[in-house]
Amino acid sequence: MHFDAFDRYHDKQSFLHRLDPRVKALVTVIYIASNALLPDGAWLAFVGAWIFLLAANLLSQLGIGYTFKRSIIALPFALIAVTVLFSMPGKPLSSFFFLAWDFTITDMGLLRFVSILIRSWLSVQMAILLVAATRFPDLIHALEHLRVPAILTTIIAFLYRYLFVLTDEVFRLLRARESRSAAVAGNRSGGGVLWRAKVAGNMAGQLFLRSYERSDRIYNAMLSRGYSGHLYTLNPHEMKPGDYYVTAFAIAVIFIVQVLGRL
Amino acid sequence: MQFSPTPLHIPDGFLSIAISAICWAITIVTLGLAISKTNKALGEKQVPLMGVMAAFVFAAQMINFPVAGGTSGHLLGGALASIVLGPWAGMLVMTAVIAVQALLFQDGGLLVMGANILNMGLVTAAIGYGLYRGVASQSKAVKLGVAGVAAWLSVMAGALLTALQLWLSGTSQLTIVIPAMLGVHVLIGLGEAFITVAALSFILQTRPDLLGEDSESAKGGRGWVLAGGVIALAVVLLSPFASTNPDGLNRVAMDLGFFQTAQSGVGPLAGYAVPFLNSATASKIAAGIIGVIVAGVIALLIGRGMKSQISNRKSPISSPQSPISNRRS
Repeated sequence: MHFDAFDRYHDKQSFLHRLDPRVKALVTVIYIASNALLPDGAWLAFVGAWIFLLAANLLSQLGIGYTFKRSIIALPFALIAVTVLFSMPGKPLSSFFFLAWDFTITDMGLLRFVSILIRSWLSVQMAILLVAATRFPDLIHALEHLRVPAILTTIIAFLYRYLFVLTDEVFRLLRARESRSAAVAGNRSGGGVLWRAKVAGNMAGQLFLRSYERSDRIYNAMLSRGYSGHLYTLNPHEMKPGDYYVTAFAIAVIFIVQVLGRL
Repeated sequence: MQFSPTPLHIPDGFLSIAISAICWAITIVTLGLAISKTNKALGEKQVPLMGVMAAFVFAAQMINFPVAGGTSGHLLGGALASIVLGPWAGMLVMTAVIAVQALLFQDGGLLVMGANILNMGLVTAAIGYGLYRGVASQSKAVKLGVAGVAAWLSVMAGALLTALQLWLSGTSQLTIVIPAMLGVHVLIGLGEAFITVAALSFILQTRPDLLGEDSESAKGGRGWVLAGGVIALAVVLLSPFASTNPDGLNRVAMDLGFFQTAQSGVGPLAGYAVPFLNSATASKIAAGIIGVIVAGVIALLIGRGMKSQISNRKSPISSPQSPISNRRS
């Protein structure tokens, strides 16, 4: 497996790709917070936030519908908010009978449900765009510049760096289990659920030992190359004048969206 | 490659700003403690160890086993990580895992990451480690049994917390979300318990030194046993109470002042203008202050931009090059 097999980065030379990663991270978080702050049914503001997102999509050269295609990921969780349809007090819109209960959809409930979905849908798209236009190691550096403790960002950097190594390890373990799970046609291989859980657990234990011993080797190798607790980078990560202007502009737009939502 | 999203990863948009902020506050304080403790215990060695262990938890979640009807169980890892690495390191490892899941795979939101870390990383580690430490000197069978119970409870605690946060944000109705979340996670928790027990027994067999009395994991004190026990007890007591008697929980929330208006219906903090402020004038004043702050921030950013533009023009050599890249050339 290649080292960046997990990265969602799409290499382009766009305006968004060249922006400083901390600008992108900061604006993304502010945008998501702004969505969470918008009141229910602030349609004008939702449209404004959506236009902001589409503009960002365009600036990334990934295509205006890029994040839309990948935003389905947040949908299953919407199930958890379905209950507000029936539980908010308001004018009944429609009711139906299911199993033993009467369900009545109210206008307030519908308003809240749709608002929650829109907020979530806009937010997840901006997060998708962030990692599509920023290399993950750059993003981690941005977090460090934004005062996330170095120890956490370094752990995340290591997680990212060794994830593909350990994933290869997992695939070897899974392949080994597969190759030893022969079965007569028509019969299922292996024992009951408990036995299968035990095998999976043993494999997790095995993976733990291999990872643990690997971390020892990695530490020794790092020591031998002069590691003293800090990781260095050749990338200077300096904010250019344009980066400041873009941040200011983005915050101003998001603020206008907030005002639109409260008119 | 498959990542099965679990209902515990809350996406952005489902929690209110106030609940997200409260969860972040708890998470940040706890992580601050965890960082200072692991710094003392492990020093510079902690970085590669915890980094690779975080990758281990992430990769271990891919080991699945078929349960029934096309569904499969897999590890979440909070309890296991804290038992083998110690509670503080376990928390940091789980935090890194949850952060990467949110940042890279959008499995869980960014603004609500504080809540996700709290539910899946901090509480699971406290319960897993606390209960296990309580019986660390007992026989292997007792240890493994308790580890299994702890793993199951840690998943239930995460589910219960998630449900409560969703309810307090006005996203779900209490009477439905608690039984639904707990019901789903009874089974997920069982899978977690079996895998955790099997993994631990495997490690005890092959590398008992890692879990022995001299190991990193044995350094937690009585405080952890107490903390883990109290949280576990709270889950055990609160879950049946919340599932059978949600009105009682509503009552408690109202007495504690979570509900502001009777009309907000499903949840407290639901119908706000600015969180915590519901009077019209206070809200207007707050909006004014926020407006001034935003204008100030924008002015500051433009000022910084102009300043760096001027300094760039004056000394074109010094700014974009770092000393390290100079040394290379």
